[in-house]
Amino acid sequence: MCPSPNLQARARLSRRLFLGAGLALATSACSGGILDPVGPVGADASKILIDATIIMLAIVIPTIVLAFWVAWRYRASNPKAEYLPYWSYSGRIEAVVWSIPILTIMFLGGVIWIGSYRLDPFRPLSTTVPPLEVQVVSLDWKWLFIYPQQGIATVNEFVVPAGVPVHFSITSASVFNVFFVPRLGSMIYAMPGMVSQLHLQADRPADLFGISAHFSGDGFSDMQFEVKSVPPAQFAAWLQGVRSAGPVLNLATYTQLAQQSENVRALTFRAVDPRLFDAISSQKIAPGPGPEPPTPEHAGREVSTGGRH
Amino acid sequence: MFGKLSWSAIPVHEPIALITSIVVILVMLGILALITVKGWWPYLWTEWITSVDHKRIGIMYCILGVVMLIRGFADAIMMRTQQAAAVGGAQGYLNPEHYNQIFSAHGTIMIFFGAMPLVIGFMNFLTPLQLGVRDVAFPTLNSVSFWLTASGALLVNVSLFIGEFARTGWLPYPPLSEATYSPGVGVDYYLWAVQIAGIGTLMTGINFVTTVLKMRCPGMSLLRMPMFCWTTLSSSLLIVAVFPILTATLAMLSLDRVFGWHYFTNDAGGNPMMFMNLIWAWGHPEVYILVLPAFGIFSEIFSTFSGKPLFGYRSMVAATLFICVVSMMVWLHHFFTMGAGPAVNTFFGIASSVIAVGTGVKIYNWIFTMYGGRVRFAVPMLWSMGFIFTFIMGGLTGVLLAVPPADFLVHNSMFLVAHFHNVIVGGVVFALFAGLDFWFPKAFGFRLHEGWGKAAFWFAFFGFWITFAPLYVLGLQGMTRRLQHVNIDEWKPMLDLSVVGIGVLILGVISQVVMLVVSIRDREKLRDVTGDPWDGRSLEWATPSPAPFFNFATMPNVEGEEAYWGIKVRAIESQRLGPEPRYEPIEMPLSSPVGFYTAVFASVTGFALIWHIWWLAGLGLLGAFIGFVVFAWRDVHEFHVPAEEVARVDRARRAARQALMERIADQGALA
Amino acid sequence: MTDTSLPATRETIRRVREDPYRLGHRDHHAGEPVEGTGQGTTGPASKRIIVGYGFWIFLLSDIVMFACFFAAFAVQRNATAGGPGMRDLVEMPRVALETGALLLSSYTCGLSFAATNARNLFWTQTFLLITGLLGLAFVGMELQEFIELASHGMIPQRSGFLTSFYGLVGLHGLHVTIAGLWLLTMMAQVQVKGFRPEIVHRLICFNLFWHALDIVWIGIFTIVYLMGAVI
Repeated sequence: MCPSPNLQARARLSRRLFLGAGLALATSACSGGILDPVGPVGADASKILIDATIIMLAIVIPTIVLAFWVAWRYRASNPKAEYLPYWSYSGRIEAVVWSIPILTIMFLGGVIWIGSYRLDPFRPLSTTVPPLEVQVVSLDWKWLFIYPQQGIATVNEFVVPAGVPVHFSITSASVFNVFFVPRLGSMIYAMPGMVSQLHLQADRPADLFGISAHFSGDGFSDMQFEVKSVPPAQFAAWLQGVRSAGPVLNLATYTQLAQQSENVRALTFRAVDPRLFDAISSQKIAPGPGPEPPTPEHAGREVSTGGRH
Repeated sequence: MFGKLSWSAIPVHEPIALITSIVVILVMLGILALITVKGWWPYLWTEWITSVDHKRIGIMYCILGVVMLIRGFADAIMMRTQQAAAVGGAQGYLNPEHYNQIFSAHGTIMIFFGAMPLVIGFMNFLTPLQLGVRDVAFPTLNSVSFWLTASGALLVNVSLFIGEFARTGWLPYPPLSEATYSPGVGVDYYLWAVQIAGIGTLMTGINFVTTVLKMRCPGMSLLRMPMFCWTTLSSSLLIVAVFPILTATLAMLSLDRVFGWHYFTNDAGGNPMMFMNLIWAWGHPEVYILVLPAFGIFSEIFSTFSGKPLFGYRSMVAATLFICVVSMMVWLHHFFTMGAGPAVNTFFGIASSVIAVGTGVKIYNWIFTMYGGRVRFAVPMLWSMGFIFTFIMGGLTGVLLAVPPADFLVHNSMFLVAHFHNVIVGGVVFALFAGLDFWFPKAFGFRLHEGWGKAAFWFAFFGFWITFAPLYVLGLQGMTRRLQHVNIDEWKPMLDLSVVGIGVLILGVISQVVMLVVSIRDREKLRDVTGDPWDGRSLEWATPSPAPFFNFATMPNVEGEEAYWGIKVRAIESQRLGPEPRYEPIEMPLSSPVGFYTAVFASVTGFALIWHIWWLAGLGLLGAFIGFVVFAWRDVHEFHVPAEEVARVDRARRAARQALMERIADQGALA
Repeated sequence: MTDTSLPATRETIRRVREDPYRLGHRDHHAGEPVEGTGQGTTGPASKRIIVGYGFWIFLLSDIVMFACFFAAFAVQRNATAGGPGMRDLVEMPRVALETGALLLSSYTCGLSFAATNARNLFWTQTFLLITGLLGLAFVGMELQEFIELASHGMIPQRSGFLTSFYGLVGLHGLHVTIAGLWLLTMMAQVQVKGFRPEIVHRLICFNLFWHALDIVWIGIFTIVYLMGAVI
């Protein structure tokens, strides 16, 4: 076949362009994402992410270079390259070829092992500050945050004091969701009938966003919530404000809230029934209802009622 | 009478679905009319629809796969443009109901009805040829498998026009997919389409395990098989081991939905976690079912276009089997973030990254296959080099996702989306395009146009990276997958860049189509008269192009690795072909309409079950049983190809070989 | 060989020896390639081996499917949602009878194949018929059990546990029913077409299937019923 050296040259050029573009992309990724953490969990996890990348790049880059160098060196049009038509085995190369990935993975296996234990979401953070308890319920399609120690609750708005570890107990009142605040660190599933634990901490005041990372139906795209990390004094003031106004979260208001709704604005509850979370997570309160069943006008097709009653 | 079905099932208020379906129906009617007017029905019926020839079935699988790839690609275009259009308060042009169907259909179609049929198509077309036999172990079953897959594909497409498709993603996670939260027929369409196609795939797996292990020409011991046959075997073993899990899981979900049972429901003791475990116990090996044959294709290509045997053949076999086994022990990495605990996460994290050892070994062996070779950069080789780069990067991000603490940050994000496209497109789809170019002459007797093939590669390669590199960045910025609209303005630039990428990919698809059209137009110029257009090494190249329906006039007798290469070298060295064999009549399996017939009844039954039309479902099952009995009653299963016919075909082949040999001798290529 | 001769004849022994995989009594050394097994040097296996081998692979896959339903049962065994548990379900005498019928049917099925090997139409059909009747009795008793349970409100819609119970036992029952249909078809084929090679191959497969269902039942009997009655 045609050796097409110009194509090869073009390929090399394009690779260079790629590396450049990659760097540009990487830097743009650093602001506001998981690589720009505001808490210790996010910092540790993103460090592992970067470390593991570097460990692998150490063999990936030479391998890619080797591949393209060999292909180019032994191109059919290169008379200088030796042709070894029957050379297909070398014990030494085989040994190296197996040991490089094995060694890399052994090393990485260590990272996995240590990291899995150290960053286990269920493990409390090592700090002397007593944690803030927060109970999270994912609903169709909004997030309910209950502050049991403070006796208040919020929807789609989550305020934490900076520098204080937060212990989340997370469940779902309908389908699966994932609780995820990218700049704070680890995500974890919200599952009906089960309670997941998560420990996070914001080190400094910041305006962040949280998001659901698991598709949960028609209103999924708006399952975002504001996360405000504020100085402790401001947190107390905020609490005061919440306690002074708004409705109470009890079985009746919860049942109302559990109906499907989309793009829900933030709201607060000045008081909350303390048994509510356990009742939800143990499914003593029935899981949230789904959409209306299909009507004869829409045979077999669901019509979402969310947000458009 | 008609269960849940009524006229209102037709989506008259959704212009995109409606117009698309009308156009598709018109095109189909047009094609059918053309076939009728031209009088092609008898030919199609006898030579293709009822054919049990593994090559014909393989080609039909590939056609189905390519058509569905284009369908899935159309979904991809809509997804990328919708997300870019719906940033910061904008809603784009697809409402959630529609968008959610599109991403579910995209994944379902690409995996079950695009990649799987193509991979199985290659297995069908190549395995018997490479093993030096005349057909697969169960030719009629093979036809049934194909038509069941086609039947599933049909149901998915029917959902566009009647009712709706699932809005739950390519794997319908309960409780979202339970009747409470998804009361429409979408999930039922998914369940029955995949169930029917899955049973077809399971039978394919059984067929190919038996073929590879029990049907090889004399001398073809296991360790002389071409690499592709090894990957076929591994992939089929995985199919046999895990597709029953899919069947069981989908059956359980169907029971939940139809009869109100409680396997995975939210209430009354149902257990959604059981679904996660079961579906991924199938789902992760499924990835390797796709990618192992792709590795096989690359092995053949690297070796052929380097003019050398595959480096470290036994090592490659070991790596393949290693991946085959370990792939069944990694499923939990799909839900590290469900809180299984550090010990479990550690085990599955390490098991998942250990797979990279197998793939790493393969990559190095391909590199050393090129070492000391005469590397020709034909189109299949370009895809292979593109694969090396793309797949290594995909492997890197894959191992990152296998590190639980890192996964806690990027699980279910756009990073994940970019990763699995990186391995599936870069690994499987690149292999399929490489393979299409490589074996096209063997299937149709002429090569594909090289210029357009190269254009297709470069557009696909750059298009791929421009589309998916931004998604990695978006994942790192915290964007999760399956968003119908995004509320964060900073994500806009990367989403736009991704749309540019998909534009380049569209050019790639157009190039592929043009390549096909141009090649068919210039087929006389591109004709392969030798049967061995690439200087091949395995037995399929010993046959003329296209191969006769009986593959080999006399069964080859293999005396070493690289069966055909050995024969070729001997012939060239001695300057003559082997002595003309004594031709004998050949027994070949008779065509049978049972596959097509079964699929018609499967489609009817599936459709009836989706819409709860119970009498029709019963009728469909009864029809299938009657078909089975009628088929079993058949007295004659085989027909004889007379010795003269075999001799005529083989003498033509020998003449072409003689010419090829003399040409090579003139060039002194082996000197 | 006459129609009335008993299954175990010299002819049987000769035919059994045709099987290249038969245990013991090979004329050649171990490790030496055997004609017709499809192991490399000798070319493709004989049709009989291919059919049997393929069917074995199918059985393995079928057992994987059963394994999923077993797993679901194990997971949901205590998910009674306040409803009845396993101990409220088991009625040992009937289960014992069911098991007896099925095990006996396996024996008669084996006898039918001994008769097939002897190419004895009468005994083949007789034993197949007995096998089928025993299978029918089994399915009948199972249905009776289901109906009785349902009349006490123990239906699969009641709880996750009952779902998994009905799923597992019902799947086996469905298999036996389908096998029964197959058996009727096979009897008709044997009657009309006699012992043509492809009919014998199908009888081999049918035998394998029937025995496999028996083995699965042993699992169900032990794990669902026996352990259910005790634990």
